Amino acid sequence: MALNRDFVGRSFPPGEPYEVTRLKIREFADAIGDPNPIYRDREAAKAAGHPDVIAPPTFPIAVSFIDGLSDPGLGLNFAMVVHGGQRFEYTRPLRAGDVVTAVATITEIRSIGANEKLDITTEITTVEGELVCTSYSTIVERGA
Amino acid sequence: MTATVNYADVEVGTEIPERAYQIDRLNLVMYAGASGDFNPIHWRESFAKSVGLPDVIAHGMYTMAQGGRFVTDWVGDPGAVVEYEVRFSSPVVVPDEGGATVVISGKVEKKLDDNKVVVALTARSDEQKVLTRAKAVVRLV
Repeated sequence: MALNRDFVGRSFPPGEPYEVTRLKIREFADAIGDPNPIYRDREAAKAAGHPDVIAPPTFPIAVSFIDGLSDPGLGLNFAMVVHGGQRFEYTRPLRAGDVVTAVATITEIRSIGANEKLDITTEITTVEGELVCTSYSTIVERGA
Repeated sequence: MTATVNYADVEVGTEIPERAYQIDRLNLVMYAGASGDFNPIHWRESFAKSVGLPDVIAHGMYTMAQGGRFVTDWVGDPGAVVEYEVRFSSPVVVPDEGGATVVISGKVEKKLDDNKVVVALTARSDEQKVLTRAKAVVRLV
């Protein structure tokens, strides 16, 4: 189904700030099967020059999920959604103790054959105002 | 930041030996919980098939995470990654029995200023390329 082009340019306000915790980072690292001690052990992280344990490079996706996509006005059928592409630009890694907000903006919607593609840019910023990571996601709604 | 690979020791074309990563259904369930992505195509076979997929498929971000791990294991410090991008070209199908294997290899594609290099990745599962245009920019020492 064609997505509502009126959503292009729309930004979704941040929800409650997200607190990055050591437990959440470890849970994520366990889930991706990565035993790197810099994700788990504060001393190992410090030895690598970080103030606390850092999160894996793809962790920001867990912060980027946006409720706006479930707005019925957009017309997105989640059952048919797959991830088309993903890009991250990091100012620095997310780390334990960060409290961040994510502001997502739909930058483009286009048809590719029977599929609909949606580009979303998400800026992840600490509550102190430091931009930590920008996430660019392309999601695809597969045509029936 | 203490990456362990020296910029001076790396040339365009330097290869990073391939590694194989096993993916089982349990990994996808854990990843759903850790990431907050509970789309049932990643854990319920009947649902995946009902929407035209061959079986349960891995989260694209799970595969991207394996590529990230490949790069961070090479470079030493995960904090050395300054950019990372992929396209998901084909789903990683994860059967109940045996799971799936993703094989990742890498090559230094370009040397940039500021001790940064571009690493190009390839990722295959079941003879299919599952990532394309997969690149990480990392800062070496």
